[in-house]
Parts: sequence; structure tokens; C-alpha cells
Amino acid sequence: MARMAGRRTLFAVPVLLAVTFGVFAVADASPFDPVKAYTGGAGLTASQETLDQIRANLGVDQPLVSRWWDWLTAVLGGDLGDSSSLRQPVADVLAERVGWSVLLAGTAFLLAVVLGTALGVLAARRRGGRFDRATSGAAYALEAAPVFWLGLLAIWFFSLELGVLPAGGLTDSDSDVVTASQVATHLVLPAAVLGITQLPWFFLFVRQGVGDALDEDPVRGARARGLGERTVLLGHALRSGLLPVLTLIGSRVPELITGALLVETVFSWPGVAAATVEAALAADFPLLAALTVLATAAVLAGNLLSDLLYGLADPRVGFDG
Amino acid sequence: MAALGTAGALTAGAAACSNPEDGGSGGRGTGTSAVVGIAYEPETLSPLLGFGKDGNSKIFDGLLALDADMRLKPALAAALPEVSADGLTYTYRLRQGVTFSDGKPFAAKDVVFTYRTVLDARTNNASKSELDAVKDVRAVGDDTVVFTLKYPYAPFAQRTVHPIVPEHALAGQDVNTGPFTTKPVGTGPYVLTGWSRGEKLSFTANPSYWGGKPAVEKFTMAVIKDDDVRATRLRAGELDGAILPPNLAKGFAGDQGRKTHTAKTYDYRTVTLPTHHEVTGDTAVRRALDLAVDRQTMVDKILEGAGKPAYGPVPTGSEWFAEGTERTHDPDAAKKILDEAGWKPGKDGVRVKDGVRAEFPLWYLSGDKLRQDHALAYASDAKKAGISIKTQAGTWEVIEPRMKQDAVLAGGGSPGDPDFDQYLLLTSSLAGDGFNNMAWYDNKAVDRALTKGRESGDRAVRADAYETVQRELVKNPGYTFLTHIDHLYVVDDSWTGLSTQVEPHDHGLANGPWWNVEDWKPKK
Repeated sequence: MARMAGRRTLFAVPVLLAVTFGVFAVADASPFDPVKAYTGGAGLTASQETLDQIRANLGVDQPLVSRWWDWLTAVLGGDLGDSSSLRQPVADVLAERVGWSVLLAGTAFLLAVVLGTALGVLAARRRGGRFDRATSGAAYALEAAPVFWLGLLAIWFFSLELGVLPAGGLTDSDSDVVTASQVATHLVLPAAVLGITQLPWFFLFVRQGVGDALDEDPVRGARARGLGERTVLLGHALRSGLLPVLTLIGSRVPELITGALLVETVFSWPGVAAATVEAALAADFPLLAALTVLATAAVLAGNLLSDLLYGLADPRVGFDG
Repeated sequence: MAALGTAGALTAGAAACSNPEDGGSGGRGTGTSAVVGIAYEPETLSPLLGFGKDGNSKIFDGLLALDADMRLKPALAAALPEVSADGLTYTYRLRQGVTFSDGKPFAAKDVVFTYRTVLDARTNNASKSELDAVKDVRAVGDDTVVFTLKYPYAPFAQRTVHPIVPEHALAGQDVNTGPFTTKPVGTGPYVLTGWSRGEKLSFTANPSYWGGKPAVEKFTMAVIKDDDVRATRLRAGELDGAILPPNLAKGFAGDQGRKTHTAKTYDYRTVTLPTHHEVTGDTAVRRALDLAVDRQTMVDKILEGAGKPAYGPVPTGSEWFAEGTERTHDPDAAKKILDEAGWKPGKDGVRVKDGVRAEFPLWYLSGDKLRQDHALAYASDAKKAGISIKTQAGTWEVIEPRMKQDAVLAGGGSPGDPDFDQYLLLTSSLAGDGFNNMAWYDNKAVDRALTKGRESGDRAVRADAYETVQRELVKNPGYTFLTHIDHLYVVDDSWTGLSTQVEPHDHGLANGPWWNVEDWKPKK
């Protein structure tokens, strides 16, 4: 198990290197000019001399490979560089924002796993029943609904029609201190929307897994021996029915990241998503590379985690090492 | 890390849900706090990188400031500067007893540091060309600053509204990315208490402000990019005021508790007519287009009345406007000019001269509805005179390489001095220098007048020079100026002291009725 984790970590190094180079290459090939993005409106009346000076200061007149190499060596030395679009060191941008994104995505993920599993078990108990038909139908519909559309719908209903939840931001617009209760209120809508878009996957997998397990011989045997329904469901069927969910946990991470991107934008949530979009449009190499590395690392770690969990839960599954 | 800590408080959120007034949304009626919705967010709050360069930055003060009528008044300077007879030396005596919000005193060395750092080649300030005239700035004692200029530059005093930063607060920092860019320290009426990017900027009144502590103690600028969301949140009472486009501002017209403020601007929309294009370079075509275009209809239909026809960068309401240079919509005169110049109508109605069809492309910034509407209206007016214009949308990356040959629907405008816009727009030596003189306009009489206008300290001489420029533009327009656009703001009617300044093209934080929020008083 430790060998598998070690091997995967080693494998992650070339993947991350390739991804960062890819980011630099793609940003370099994009038609967006970092100097124009940096200077904005003021650049329209700036003299060519000033623009050339800024181009040299930002170091964007260097060739692609040397820019990437300079960035890489600086990062290995502990310096993530400066973001040109936010005029801040990249380390500061990450420190300010990553926590909020983790809070949002973590809450949503927890909601999806817990609620998805619970509903899945309930639906599996009586497949084809009224509850099963209603929840399954809703799950398929949700799977097809775009995240941003759900977000706008939620804002319309809860903020404008009912007026019970704030439409966006981390805190009320006239408040300048971040308090736990304000953040909690403002977290409800975005986390619920993001969580609900992930929920169908867990629900459908658990429903199928637990339902199949209920039909298997060991479970039928347990029932025949007169064990209580609760013991059968939770002790026998859930254990084998949950196995597919463990794989799912890892593979949903990329979806969660892209979903968070849209949700953060819709709800003006001050996470890394808005920074990612801004960095891409401004050809802000250091910030874009750092954020891409983080996202890639999260995906790789998610896959590793689900493989480890699977191996632990089912001893028949070996570790590939 | 703070975010992870609050995760535990999630359950507390359920209680807060049922209590939406918790924390209060907006400061409606309280008088001492105001929340306004703005559409644009600054990239930086450091004046060294260009923030607040035109004054009114709330956190900072300049040596001078502009009042409601755009006249210069002393701010950190004790009086207006003494200018030497040759116009090359400006001497400022500084106000005494001023402190920065961190308690340290303000002195001449801070002024010198600010200007020297902006002009430093290593500082990434895209607006530094505006201070191009400065040769040297030095302190004489603690209370006097002397600027020496490279050439006589009459509008120079207008540039010294530039905010002053404390030298000590920037010691040892990278001016381009250091903490000062997000945590500024200044002498202004407000102190920044928080900046959540993409969400809002929060300010609190500076108790030791040299001009007296403002009555509005808490001031928040909520960043809301979408026009409709801003209008909705204003209606919901989350905001006390907001900038709105004309169609949405209309919805608040009958509202008893709110007032619409209209700011006059220098914000123009114009079509560049490149000198290097065989059709737009022809003076007859330029003059014909100038007469063929129906500016008043554009104001009425596109701007819903919130604007004025434009005949040059100088708005018709300005004291620098040359009376009699208005061009009335006259399609027949336009056709006559083209006929006389040899542009004869072809089979499809498009005019032809020596085998050249009277047609050219007109680019506008994609996604900008206002520019698109202007471009389409212009093309339709031109078509009636027999000139075919193909409108095309593109980003600046697509448009910029074509500016020498193709027409562009451009916007701009900075109030204050007539030199600011006209020199950059019309001087032949600046043709193709970045976005300056996009039309490659080349007119020796205009060049001479512009130089005279910026060098002379005599107001009568300057007025004469800018009149010459405007009359030359009638004879040979290098651009077709279309409109000057009003900016509309809807604000709660619970304060006195609100007014608007003449505004530039950019919707900076300094604009809107809150340009002087420090002077607002709650209504009793």
C-alpha cells in the first residue's frame, strides 16, 4: 500500500511538469497580450516607450522555454512568483483564496456523499416503489441540469422571491469583518447548489450497489436466519454496496473543481475560481501555472485516495505495486 | 486557514438563515453608512501604479484637487503653485500638520518619492506618460516641493492631483507587487478597512483627516459587474446607490426615495478615419461623412437621451468648445461634396472614383453593445450618402494590427484640460504610437496649434489655439465624432451635498455622486 502511494507520487512529478509546460505553451499561443491585460484602460493612452518598458519589466518578452524554466527553478526554490493580473505575490493569492474554495467544495462534497448515500439506501430498500421512482427521476434530471443554471435558479427563488438567503459574496455588502455566522449564511446557497449537482452520482451508484447486494445470496441467507431488517441493510448490503462509491469519490474530484469554478462565479464567492478565469484571460503565467498545478494535484490525489479506500474496504482488490 | 475554521460554524448558519436582517443589508436611512454599487474594480490601490491619478481616490490626496466645477484647489499643498515666467518651474508650499492614516507626518520627501517612483523605469505604471514633462522634482526643506519641467506644459498643475503615498510605508517593498498595492496608507478622508477582490471595498472615515472627519462614517463599494444584478440589489435595498445604464435607470424615475444624478462627461464615441486608407484618407469623404451622420438620432435612440452630439473631443458644453463648429445633419450637402470630388454613384448605389469603390471596414469591440449600436447607425447613415461600410466585431488583439488602414469605433475622453485628449489624438508625430492618434491624422496647422496650446500659460492664447484645432477639424476631419455619453447614477435621497463632476471615459472609483462622499451630510 505504501509502495503504491510512493509509486503514484513519483509518477505525479512528470505529469505535473508536463501540465505546467502545457499551461505556459497554451498561454503563450493565445492571442491575449499580457501587457495589454496588465495596463488595461491606461494602456490605451500610454506611449509605446512605456508599454515596451512594462513588457521588459514583466519579463514577458522572453522566449517560452526560458520563461517556463525560470518559473520552475524559482518555484523549486520556494518562490511562486508574482501575479501580474492581481498585482500580488502568487503565494498571497493562494493563501487568501484557497481556503474559501476548500470550504465551499468540501461542504458540497460532504453534502453530496452523505445525502446521496442516505437517499440511495432508502431508494434501494424498495426498488420500483414510489420513493424510488420519484428520487431516481429527480436524480436523472439533476444530472442533466447545468450548474450555472441551477445557481441562477437558486438565486432567483431564495434571494429574490423569498428573500431569505443572500445572493452572493462572502459577507453582507456593508460588513467589513468576516464572521462565522455571516459566512455560514452566505455559504448555504453555493454549497447546496454545488452539492446537489454532485449528489445524483452518489445516489444512483449507492441505489444500484445496495439494491444488487440485497438480492445476493448472503443477504437472503441473513434474512432467512431471521436477522432484523436494519442489521441486514446496514451490516450486510451497505458494506458491499458502498464499494463502487469509494471509486466514485476520487473520480468526482475533477467534476467538483469545474463545478466550483462556475458556482464561485455565479455567487461572487472569493475563491480561486475567479482568479483562475482572470489569470487565463490576462495570460498571467505564474498564477495560472500555480492554480493548474493545484487542480492537477487534487485530481491525482483523489484517484489515489479512492484506490486506497477500495483496497482497504475489499481485501480481494490488491494494491498495484 | 480561516476558512477551514469557519466550517465548524456551519450549524450556526441554520439559525442565521431565518434572520436575514442579521448584520443589516445596506445602510438605508441610517445616514452614517453608505453602500454603493460599482461596475469596475481597480487592479491595484497603489497610486504608484496609476490608481487615483485623476484625483478623488478617497484614501489619498494630491497636492491639488478639483472642485465640482473642475477648478483646481489646494489639497496637500497650502495654495496653488507659483509658476515661473518661462513656465518651467512649479513651486508648491505644503500644508502643515497633515498626517498619514498610520499617524506618521506628511512631508515634502513623500511628494518627491511619489513622483520619482512613478517615473522610475522599473515601476509598471502605464499612465506615467502623463507626467512626461517632469524633468526633476526636489524638496526644499520639509514644506516646499519644486518641479522642473523639460518643456513648458500649461496643464501641468492639473497633473498634480496625483495621489501622494508615504515613503516610509513603502520602504523595502517591491512597488509593483508589494503589500502596499492592496493595503494602502494615505492622508485622505477615508481609510481602507478591507478589500475582498471581486466582492467589495470597505472604507471607514479617517478621524484625523485634515479636512475634518466625514459625516458618512462607513462607506462600501460593492463590485457588481452585471447591470441587472446591480439594479436588483439596489431595488432590494442592499445598496444605497449605483451606476446604471439609461434603460435601467429609467425604472427608478418614479421612485420617491431615490434620485437619479446625471453626470456630464468627456466620454466620447468616435470613428477613426485612417489617413492611409484610399477612401477614408480622402478629405471629401471625411467631410461628407461628417455631414451624413445623424448624431441627434443616435443620442435619442441609442443613449435614450442621456448624452449629446459630439463634434470633437471637446464637449459642446465645455468652455473650450469653439462655437459655430457644430455640424448639422445634412445628407444633401454630403452628397454634393462627394459629387464635386468625383465620387459618382455606381450601379449598386455605392460611389466609385477612378475605379475605387467608396467602401471600408469599421471595427468595434466585440461584446460592447453601445459601440455596436453606434457602428451600425453610422454605417446606415453613410449608406444613404453612397458610402458602404462593413461593420466587424473583434477584440483589441484583432483590431490593433489593422488600425493603420481600417476604421475603428473608438471611445475615450479625459476632462480637465483640452490638451489631454487633443494632443494625443491629433498630433502627427504620435501617429500609431500605441493607441494614440489611431487615425494617423496629419495636419500641420493642427500640430502647430496643439504645441502652442500646451506651451502657453496665457489663457487667451490657448483658447485661440484650441479654436484653431476645432475649425481645422471641420475642414479636414480625421475622425467622425458621434456622441458624448452621460453617466447615470441612482442614489437614495437621504443625504445632502451630492453633486457630480464632469467625468472621463473610464468609470473609475472616483466618479459618481460619491466623488465627494466626505462632504455628504445625513438629511434630518
